[in-house]
Amino acid sequence: MVIYGVALLAGCMLVGLWAGDVLGMLLDIDSNVGGVGIAMLLLIFIGGYLSDKHKMPASTESGITFWNGMYIPIVVAMAASQNVAAAIDGGLIALFASLAAVSASFALIPLFGRSSKKKPSSDAPSTDQAPLSAPSVASSHSRPTR
Amino acid sequence: MLESLLTQLEKQHLIAAFALVGGAMYLSYIVSDKLTRGRVHGSAIAIMVGLILAYVGGIATGGTKGLADISLFAGLGLMGGGMLRDLAIIATAYGVRFQEIREAGMSGVVALFLGVIVSFVAGVAIAYAFGYRDPVILTTIGAGTATYIVGPIAGAAIGASSEIIALSIAAGLFKSILVMIMTPMLARHIGLDNPRSAMIFGGLMGTTSGVAAGLAATDPKLVPYGAMTATFYTGLGALLAPSVLYLAVRAIF
Repeated sequence: MVIYGVALLAGCMLVGLWAGDVLGMLLDIDSNVGGVGIAMLLLIFIGGYLSDKHKMPASTESGITFWNGMYIPIVVAMAASQNVAAAIDGGLIALFASLAAVSASFALIPLFGRSSKKKPSSDAPSTDQAPLSAPSVASSHSRPTR
Repeated sequence: MLESLLTQLEKQHLIAAFALVGGAMYLSYIVSDKLTRGRVHGSAIAIMVGLILAYVGGIATGGTKGLADISLFAGLGLMGGGMLRDLAIIATAYGVRFQEIREAGMSGVVALFLGVIVSFVAGVAIAYAFGYRDPVILTTIGAGTATYIVGPIAGAAIGASSEIIALSIAAGLFKSILVMIMTPMLARHIGLDNPRSAMIFGGLMGTTSGVAAGLAATDPKLVPYGAMTATFYTGLGALLAPSVLYLAVRAIF
């Protein structure tokens, strides 16, 4: 049933946010410490475990994938309900900050370049890459074929 | 008759928000397809439309919640509020397999941490250069520079104002657009032609929509690999920004 998937998702979120609150109290900062991140990890492990055990029928899964698909629309609604008028004065910060971040991140890629070149390209899968089955994220995109 | 329609829209505000956002996304994907030939992803255009609408709403009402301050669009506040937003972002983690993450090995993990920290530091440095000194503001802008999801999560957690959160979303949005445009241009120079490098790339950049769209324009086969590590980036950012990174910023400034 669809609600099983939604309930699993909701359960992970509640436990994750609660853990984040507790972590915040332990660290003595008055905030939720990474509750969303903890919830994501919970969902990865519990969801992965259940689907390995074939306990995730398509209808249950759809309760989760629906909310996955709602992610961008919700971000759009979030963007539409922010105080942008007040932020516009600082728009240049946003532009410069992102430029700096993207340039720095691209500049870092050659650091990892050697390890990726050591591996054969995707045309000839090595033993290292062979077991790399397409992640399930692929289901919504084209499945990589090699 | 028109009045009763408006009354109904105000009453069913969350449903009206679904319809409004759906319409906005439909138009955005058409614009993405026709005007940019898919180079700027529809989701990025839709978010930009959202920010523009929030600006218009803010100017029209003088309020602090963008378009949601207009009672007709109050549902946007609920739809885009923390509760549903967190539920949806957690849902994106489903299907990511820990074994697959291990395939990218140590370098993937290093890329993830390095990506979050480098973007965060870049955002904090620029905000500092613009004269901000408050650790909460510096952290929120740094987190937003990581991705437009981490910014609001961190900002809400440490109590940033809505305009700073909006600024952090704008920074994340610019980043997403830059990644979309620059990825296909730089792909050959950075060896972006296999799943492993796509995973490292996704881990370094983070912005899921930017990475997915940029890789789609480079080689569609690489999309899921980059998108997967990019998803982890968001979780890691949400974990680190309001905690370790905030404490670090508070200790320094």
